[in-house]
Amino acid sequence: MPEPLLEVDNLSVSYLTDAADIGAVDRVSLTVQAGEFLGIVGESGCGKSTLLFAIAQLLTPPAEVTSGRVAFKGQDLVQLTDSELRHVRWRDYSVVMQSAMNALNPMKSIAAQFKDTMRAHERTSADAIRARSAEVLHLVGIDAAHLDSYPHQLSGGMRQRAMIAMALLFTPQLVIMDEPTSALDVVAQRSLMTQIKQLQQQFGFAVIFVTHDMSLIAHYSDRVMVMYAGQVAEIGDTGSIFERPLHPYSKGLLDAFPSVHGPRRALTGIAGSPPDLGRPPSGCRFHPRCSEVMAQCPTIEPDLYMIDETQVRCLLYSEQLRDAV
Amino acid sequence: MSPPPSAVADPDGALLQTTGLTRHFRLGGLLSRRMLHAVDDLDLTIHEREIVALVGESGSGKTTVARLLAMIYPPTRGGIFYRGRSVRKLRSRKDVLWYRGEVPMVFQDPYSAMNPVFRVSHGVMRNLKLHRPELDRAQRREEAERVFDIVGLNPAGDMLRKFPYEMSGGQRQRVGFAQALAVQPKLILADEPVSMLDVSIRAGILNMMAGLRAEEGASILYITHDIASARYVADRIVVMYAGHAVEQGPTEVVLTRPKHPYTQLLLSAVPDPREKAVPVSADSGEPPRVIDPGEGCRFRQRCPYAIDTCAQITPLLRPMGPAHDAACHVAVAESVDRDGNDVHSPASTERVIHQK
Repeated sequence: MPEPLLEVDNLSVSYLTDAADIGAVDRVSLTVQAGEFLGIVGESGCGKSTLLFAIAQLLTPPAEVTSGRVAFKGQDLVQLTDSELRHVRWRDYSVVMQSAMNALNPMKSIAAQFKDTMRAHERTSADAIRARSAEVLHLVGIDAAHLDSYPHQLSGGMRQRAMIAMALLFTPQLVIMDEPTSALDVVAQRSLMTQIKQLQQQFGFAVIFVTHDMSLIAHYSDRVMVMYAGQVAEIGDTGSIFERPLHPYSKGLLDAFPSVHGPRRALTGIAGSPPDLGRPPSGCRFHPRCSEVMAQCPTIEPDLYMIDETQVRCLLYSEQLRDAV
Repeated sequence: MSPPPSAVADPDGALLQTTGLTRHFRLGGLLSRRMLHAVDDLDLTIHEREIVALVGESGSGKTTVARLLAMIYPPTRGGIFYRGRSVRKLRSRKDVLWYRGEVPMVFQDPYSAMNPVFRVSHGVMRNLKLHRPELDRAQRREEAERVFDIVGLNPAGDMLRKFPYEMSGGQRQRVGFAQALAVQPKLILADEPVSMLDVSIRAGILNMMAGLRAEEGASILYITHDIASARYVADRIVVMYAGHAVEQGPTEVVLTRPKHPYTQLLLSAVPDPREKAVPVSADSGEPPRVIDPGEGCRFRQRCPYAIDTCAQITPLLRPMGPAHDAACHVAVAESVDRDGNDVHSPASTERVIHQK
């Protein structure tokens, strides 16, 4: 297997507060191959955005990487200084933030914001910047005439597209996206996803896509990671996870969707709400909400077990326990 | 609270009815002549114990409809009739209170709909005091606990004492419904009640809404952009586009045999993990802001089937099948065979979606 583009190894992130250290990301390991589309799914407060920020080295205090490494093309990003990061960031990997409404500067035209971004990482002539800006806008389906528009003159979908265009300014190898579609309507959402996929195929960059909407990535991602309470609950190929989810939480997420096709089924959802990461439940963190909870779950912390090609953190798949039964 | 004596039940069993409901907003300053048409000529009927879903993208006017029905602002034209009585004629404080108690609203964002400095009991107790003055303090407390129980906030006694920040989004949205329930509503206006919530929590709220109809006998106007969740709870669907109702009918009929191209587009965009992706072209169009519109179908710029007529004449809702209407010049009504059974029309959904 070729060396992965991104290798996250045992990464933990805590918010260091006066009252307690809140472990938002707990020993997460994942790899992203060049050109791969990885979807990360989880509820609000499960640490998925914190994980993204840790990968992109955008954490600010009180959040801190407490252990682990983020190897991007063999280089550990955690150890890099700010000026070293500047050479990697945006040129080799870029980030699309959740809410374009807040991420774009309302006082500056799109062209001016693109120029700032390019100037921060490379010395280029004004003409070259203008030409490149027009080119990336065109890529995401926005007319170059909008270069001189201000964010408020664009619709929500166009703003989000402009954010993606900005992330593509340097043709990076990895684009990290934090819920880029969650503020959009279904139709706009669908068309944006289709566009991201087309661009990915055209330029071959890898994508890490974070969302709370399982169905959104079903058709677009190669692999899926389900996160729960700061940990990896399940990670594997999209096809097998959607066909045969192993973790009860993944099953619950999939069953929480009403369908427009087929028979009307009763939805169960998932009882309860995500835990407080300052005081995570003992044993398996999902056990208070789990529909298949067993006697051992509150006491034994499950490892990640390998079932076929999928890794799953659930005692149902522990060989020791299975042998004992 | 008993209805004022002048209220009469509508013979059709319609709880609430709008005729030609229209709302325009002036854009710009006082001298501006530019009008934004948020809702145009909407005829909507909601029956007793019925859940009607109003489906559309943002900007389609669906929230404006809810606000008109909640008397947050008056219509530009057209009427709203509640139990056969014109809402416009409700003038006295007593009548307005009565109507607001019968038709309460639940808001979209549970994070901003509650005052953070009060306990969550505050809103419920205030509603009870205002709308059901016959209850004394102990009865109000009892009633508050009862509605908290119904919406699944237990133990109700403890939950009532919490502050909003101590609750999750799903719990707060349940408080919103409890506040509406406290006034013994006949019709709950639920404006995107689940769109801000996590997927795992949504199912619980949708199930609760279905339960409210079954057990409390309340009708619900469920406003959403998520057509799949509309299918899950609603008896009838009304699809809105750019201020117009473009299609309406029984949920299953509209979803299995959609007639309006916009409904078809909406349906094709719904992500469904259990289905193989339907290849749709990246339709980057978005609903227009309808400013001083002329004649013509408002969907025609995005419509794959637009013909010349579409630019000249605004299509009106016309029958497509039993209780099923669409406002489209191109849509073909379902033929009905001799026995009165529906027969699939040639323009069936599948073909239409793939053509795009």
